[in-house]
Amino acid sequence: MSDLSDALERGEFVATSEIGPPKGTNIEPCLADAEQLRGKVVAINVTDIQSAVMRFGSLATCHMLVERGLEPVFQMVCRDRNRLALQSDLLSAYGLGIRNVLCLTGDHTVLGDHPESKPVFDLDSVGLLQCVSALCEGHDMAGNELDGAPDLYAGAVVTPGADPIEPQLLKMEKKIKAGARFFQTQAVYDVDRFIEFMKSVAGFGVPVMAGLVLLKSVGMARFMNKNVSGVHVPEPLIARLKEDKAKTKSGETAVQIAVETIAAIRDHCQGVHFMPLGWDHLVPEIMDRAGLS
Amino acid sequence: MLVTELKPQDEILEGLADDSSVFLLGCDGCASACETGGAENLPALAEMLQQAGKELTGQTAVDYLCNKSLIRSYLRPYEAQIMDADSVLVATCGVGVQCVADSVLKRVRTACNTVNMGGVSGVQMSGERCAECGDCLLSQTGGICPITACSKSMVNGPCGGTSSDGKCEVDNKRDCGWYRIYQRLKELDALDQMKVIIPPKRHGLFLPTYETMTGEFWAVEGRPEGEA
Repeated sequence: MSDLSDALERGEFVATSEIGPPKGTNIEPCLADAEQLRGKVVAINVTDIQSAVMRFGSLATCHMLVERGLEPVFQMVCRDRNRLALQSDLLSAYGLGIRNVLCLTGDHTVLGDHPESKPVFDLDSVGLLQCVSALCEGHDMAGNELDGAPDLYAGAVVTPGADPIEPQLLKMEKKIKAGARFFQTQAVYDVDRFIEFMKSVAGFGVPVMAGLVLLKSVGMARFMNKNVSGVHVPEPLIARLKEDKAKTKSGETAVQIAVETIAAIRDHCQGVHFMPLGWDHLVPEIMDRAGLS
Repeated sequence: MLVTELKPQDEILEGLADDSSVFLLGCDGCASACETGGAENLPALAEMLQQAGKELTGQTAVDYLCNKSLIRSYLRPYEAQIMDADSVLVATCGVGVQCVADSVLKRVRTACNTVNMGGVSGVQMSGERCAECGDCLLSQTGGICPITACSKSMVNGPCGGTSSDGKCEVDNKRDCGWYRIYQRLKELDALDQMKVIIPPKRHGLFLPTYETMTGEFWAVEGRPEGEA
């Protein structure tokens, strides 16, 4: 169906990465970010109006990747479209050569740069997964038969560091029931906790790719600890970022931490998903040093 | 007037699927006027439950279930019957059902959809809120409304934005509705409920029917002259 589905089904340890479209029409730098990942990662996620900050669209960017022979993962959130528009865009995505879709609920509108906009949330992530499943079975959500059905590889997200973890696990089971065939996780720094999480989901039988966000600074680590639910950067890692400012600034510390994280988790999960946040050029190096190339 | 309509029978029974014994609770306030959950409406509901093979441990209708401060004293005489049941089936508006859920350590199920809270909804004194969606989910969500309690009105569990102290991503002082539902279902030993996929809301039901809007209770507190 897609390179991503084939690789995960073959049981390979798979790497994906992520790009974020710009605020405006200047898409070239974003495509250049993707270009640096060519031949390295199996597929590239394109975020969908990330953080509820209005920007260039995920669907169009994914199509541009397809045109360039790069495989996209179309991220789709439920915040901005009702079920009519979501279904229509899923059909369009398939028509534009997109084969992977990641289904998310999406950050609330009040957190973005248009806080007065109407939050839609007609569906949630579980409903969107069911919607993808229905379309792939040849009918829409209302049961009407389609003239041509898409064949999409649907994925979802999970937060392995959530506290308490039980609601996440219950929802993960629901997402699988609704049609999720792979998972990409929120950022992982606390390796022991992640391994513990992987033990508790082993019975689910669905591949999990650990999220890796490159640590750019002490401030970023502290910000995530304070503001991003389920993400915990342990103090020893923050100490390393503090220790050698030049290495932190150049990205060497981020690379080292990512390489060590991959080594520690690779026997416990089915892949990694990089969220480089502009440091896309470091992903190939991390993969080389981690032995993933 | 808080206008309620009885859910279709199969939907009421679907909410009671896990329960073999039920305590039936009506409301002699607006639900009585709407002929959905008043004392005089309970015999028909009781018969329906018994025909469906449910054991009825008891039944009563009390004045205004939305008046939370009085629910416990009203229900004290029925405590044994309530605790003997697997669940309490409440036939009233979304506020009343949530007030019962917050007052009784027992799974609550709802028999009604709430379609209008015109008039006195402005003087609700307790924290329960109802969105008048006409597609009530309280049977599945521990008696806490995810439509009003979750900032995204999600129906299938929390998003990734819940903090470790159970707060919402939009405001760290606001409780995460699904964290509350999770805690409640855990307390009721009913966490399996969170594994059941709740289908997308039927937003068509948000629009009250013409019959409802022109019925005698729609604007009983003051219908403008000349309006139907």
